[in-house]
This record gives sequence, structure tokens and C-alpha cells, in this order.
Amino acid sequence: MSGSANHQFRKAKSLIASLLCSVAALLVIAPLGLIFFYLLRSGLSSLNVAFFTNLPRPVGEPGGGMANAIVGSGELLALASLIGVPVGVLGGVYLAEYGTARVNALLRFVADVLNGVPSIIWGVVVYGLIVLPFKSFSAYAGSLALGFMMIPLIMRTTEEVLLLVPGGYREAALALGISRWKTIVHIVMKTASKGIVTGVLLALARIAGETAPLLFTAFGNRFWNRSLAEPIAALPLQIFTYAISPYDDWHRQAWAGALLLVAMIFLINLLVRFLTRGRAARVA
Amino acid sequence: MATAAVPTSVLQLRPASRFGDRAFEWLTFAMSLGVVVLVILVGWQLARGSHLAITKFGFHFLATSTWDPVAEQYGALPFIYGTVVSSLLALIIAVPLSIATAIYLTELAPLWIRQPLASGIEMLAAIPSVILGLWGIFVMIPWLRAHAFPALKAALGWTPFFTGPIYGVSMLAGGIIIAIMILPIITSVAREIMRSVPNLQREAAYALGATKWEVTRIAVLSYAKNGLFGAAILGLGRALGETMAVTMVIGNTPQIKASLFAPGYTLASVIANEFTEATTDMYLQALFEIGLVLFGITILANLLAQLLLKTMTRKMTTRVAQ
Repeated sequence: MSGSANHQFRKAKSLIASLLCSVAALLVIAPLGLIFFYLLRSGLSSLNVAFFTNLPRPVGEPGGGMANAIVGSGELLALASLIGVPVGVLGGVYLAEYGTARVNALLRFVADVLNGVPSIIWGVVVYGLIVLPFKSFSAYAGSLALGFMMIPLIMRTTEEVLLLVPGGYREAALALGISRWKTIVHIVMKTASKGIVTGVLLALARIAGETAPLLFTAFGNRFWNRSLAEPIAALPLQIFTYAISPYDDWHRQAWAGALLLVAMIFLINLLVRFLTRGRAARVA
Repeated sequence: MATAAVPTSVLQLRPASRFGDRAFEWLTFAMSLGVVVLVILVGWQLARGSHLAITKFGFHFLATSTWDPVAEQYGALPFIYGTVVSSLLALIIAVPLSIATAIYLTELAPLWIRQPLASGIEMLAAIPSVILGLWGIFVMIPWLRAHAFPALKAALGWTPFFTGPIYGVSMLAGGIIIAIMILPIITSVAREIMRSVPNLQREAAYALGATKWEVTRIAVLSYAKNGLFGAAILGLGRALGETMAVTMVIGNTPQIKASLFAPGYTLASVIANEFTEATTDMYLQALFEIGLVLFGITILANLLAQLLLKTMTRKMTTRVAQ
């Protein structure tokens, strides 16, 4: 009798625990829904043609847009890729194809440490490295900070996808007398090219919204950037500036910019999902 | 004709390709060393940028709470306090929620819900900090000010943590926004760990007549304890360095107050706000030193997390091998 009561109690406890876990899952996913809701509600109404084509207007004049920030973000990401992609991809090749277990463990560890460095620190470092000596905020400085952040990200993903290429591919190529580096470049990397591109895209999506490393490197600019050695506007920077300003019109534009930025990041993520689905199907 | 051509071409290729091999290996090695160079670069720049401040203020810098650039007084204590308290608040909120969500995802949820929910959580991780901050300023803060904080004050106002005027921007708001930012990482790491718990563990517990919750507690949670701790510390590493969203909601006031309704300031926020305003050399030096402190504590947190997660995976692989 008491055993059955105990059993009932245990079952009830189990049910309550399950319920609590479900509620927790709901709470964790709730911010996503709330953020989307407000982004669409406040952002959509402020997105218009002028937002994409006009420069920011001075305070008090309504209208204006973020054209320079959109282009600036594009320039910064492109320049950052020039640094991050070659170093990251080739570094990943070393990890996957050449490194000994001990060297790899060390390099992986260091890459993980770098991934944990707060993004604002990259801004400080590049400030000391580029901005102070050249006495100017610049697009170069901003993209260097972003490029540095890309390196460990791309290195790890490249390594992972290269390791997925079956060893038989390498052996077959080497058996044909093809030199090792050509095997790696033409067979291994080509087989994994989708995966490498995926890694690069993920890294871009990750740094596209970074603001902290740009605060005192790219600095922002209310006009078009004429030279890469001068300050440049970026979408996340502009969102930040407008968000903490006291003007309603700027707040509206901040929401529009945020909507655009999130849309871009999710498009990249969708593309990644599309690419990886193809690969998963082929491996299976 | 063709058979004669093949051997000669191979012979001709051999020396050239060997050079190519060696060059390519060195090239990739040099690039992989890039990460080592970067770590040294970060340490060197931060140390170089702050050595005057370090020699001038010494240990005092970490222990004084006056931050007055006009009077050339620099004490980092309010920022260290703000960083630690806001991160701990974030952990207190995020860790139970994340682990419960991971349990839901691996043990409880119907199969068709698992993947979409996990993808949704990944999407939350992809939202940039500055956008979360924007949302924090215009949606979360007004709500906290009007509803949540007064309710908290009414219920828990007798403790020192929920007293004083309610501005909205506050240490607690900072903690909540950081919690939202670290929920996805802790959840996904915890989920990976729970998924790697061998099913035999669960089956053994079920065979003893355990209920679903008992199976989770006995077979999964106690088995994955170290790894879950590692996941939490990994979240702490992220929380300590979180910049934009916190800067936008924490109030940016260098003070040490027991009340969580009072505004605070973090190491990352003070760098973000004051770096471009640093007019004197010593001011800039002090901010570099704050960067050095932040770098130091995030590295420590990350090292600890790596260590814990590594012992966890080692345990897994040895168990599987047996």
C-alpha cells in the first residue's frame, strides 16, 4: 500500500520535473520570438528606398538613410576576408593534413583561446597596432580587427571538413604519382570546397554584427568613405549610435538597420544550411 | 608511344613536386602559426599599452574604487565588481534554464520538436549583441521598470538586493541581457554532452524501475556533471567579455551598490564608452590596463572550461573503449 503511494509520488515528481523542463525550453526560445516581433514591428515601417540610398541627415532633419553604412559594412567584411580566409583556410589545411598530434593539440587549444577573447579586446589591440601609429581611425584598422576574429573560426571549420574527406581519396591520388600538395589542393580541398565555403560564411555571419571591435578602429563616418585610410561607417556601429541617441527618428532608423542586419545574417545562415544539406546527403 | 612518355614525365616531375610539397607544407604551417602570433600580439599590445599605468598605480589599480579621469585617479574596482556581479547574475539565470532545456531536448521532447527547437536556439545565438541591446533599451528596460522590478521590490524589498530607486537601467538588467546572450551556448554544449551519455546508462536505470526524471538525474546528470560545469564556465567566459548589449542597459555608472536595481559598469563597457574620449596618455593607459584585466580573467575562465570539457570527453572515450 505504502509502496504504491511512494510510486505515485515518484511519478508525480517525474511529471513536475518534465513540466519544468518544458517551461524552461519555452523561456529560452521566447527572447527569439520577442526580438523578431519587435524587429518586424518597428523595423519594417522604417525600411524604405531612402534608407538604402541616402546618407544620414543631420539631427532634426527627418529622413535620410544608412547607404554609407551598408556599403561600409560590405567593404569591411570584404577586406576582413582578405586576411581571415587565406590564413584560416591554410592554417586549417595544416591541422588536417600535416600536423602531428601534439602540434595540432597545441594549435587547436590556442585557436580555442582566441575564440574566447572578448571582441572589444580586438578593438583595443588593433587600436594600439594601427590607429595609434598612423594617427587615424581607418577602414584598414576595422577590417584588421574583424579579420583577426575570423582566423580561428575559419581554421577550425576548415580542419573539420577536411578531416571528413575519406583517406582513400588521398591514397588514390598519391598512388597515381600526384604530389602531395597537389593532392591536397586539387583533390582534398576541392572535395571539401562546399564545407570550406560554409565555414567562411559562418565566420562572416558571426562578425557581420560585431560592433565592439569597430568602435575605435573603423570609428564610423556620417559621409561616404573616400579612402580606406579614413574612418568608415558600418551598419552595427550606426545602429549603436542611433540606439543610444535621444532622437525618435534615429531610433526608427536603428530598428530598420537592425532588421536589415538580422535579415542578412539569417540569409547567410540559410545559405549555409542549404550547402550543408547537400553535403550531408552526399556523404550518406 | 604513350607508355614511353609516362615514366619520363614522372621522372621530370619528381624534384619540382618535392619542392612544391615542402613549400606548401611550410606555407600552411606558417599560417597555422598565425593563431599563436595573434595570442602573443594581444598580450604584447595590452602590456605595452598599459605598462606606464601598471608601474604608476601597481596593485592599487585593482583595489581602489575611484574612477576620476579629471583628477587622474584610476581604480578599476567598480568595473571588476560590475563585470563579476553581472556575469554571476547571468549564470544564475542562464545555467538552470539552459540545463533544463538541454534535458528537454535530449530526454523529453517529442522527436519532431527537437531539431526545430535546437535550430531556433542557434538562431538566438546568431543575433548580434548590438541588436539585443537595442531591444533591451526599447522593449526590455521599459517592461522591467514598469512591471518586473516593482513586483520584485514588493516581494523581496526586505533584502538589500532589491531596494532603492528603480531606473530600469541597472545591474540586474545587464545580468538578464547577458543571460539571454549565453543561453544558446550553454544549452548547445550541455545538449552535446547529454547526447553523448551512453544509452546503456539510461537503460540500466530504467531496468531498476526508475521514473523518467530519476533516469535523467541518476544516469544522465550525475554522469555529465563535469561537462555541465564546463558548459557553465564556458558561458561565464562569454559573459565576462560581453560588451555592446550590456553597455546599452547597465547604466554605466562606476559605483559599488548592493542593490541590483542600481546602475553599474563593466570592464568591457568602460572600454567601449571611454576609449575614444581618453584625452590624456595616462587615461588611455588605464583603459589598456582594464583591457589587460579583462583579457586575463576571460582567458582564465576559458582555460578552466576547456579543462573541464576535456576531462569529460576523455571519460566518454575511455568508457566507450571499454
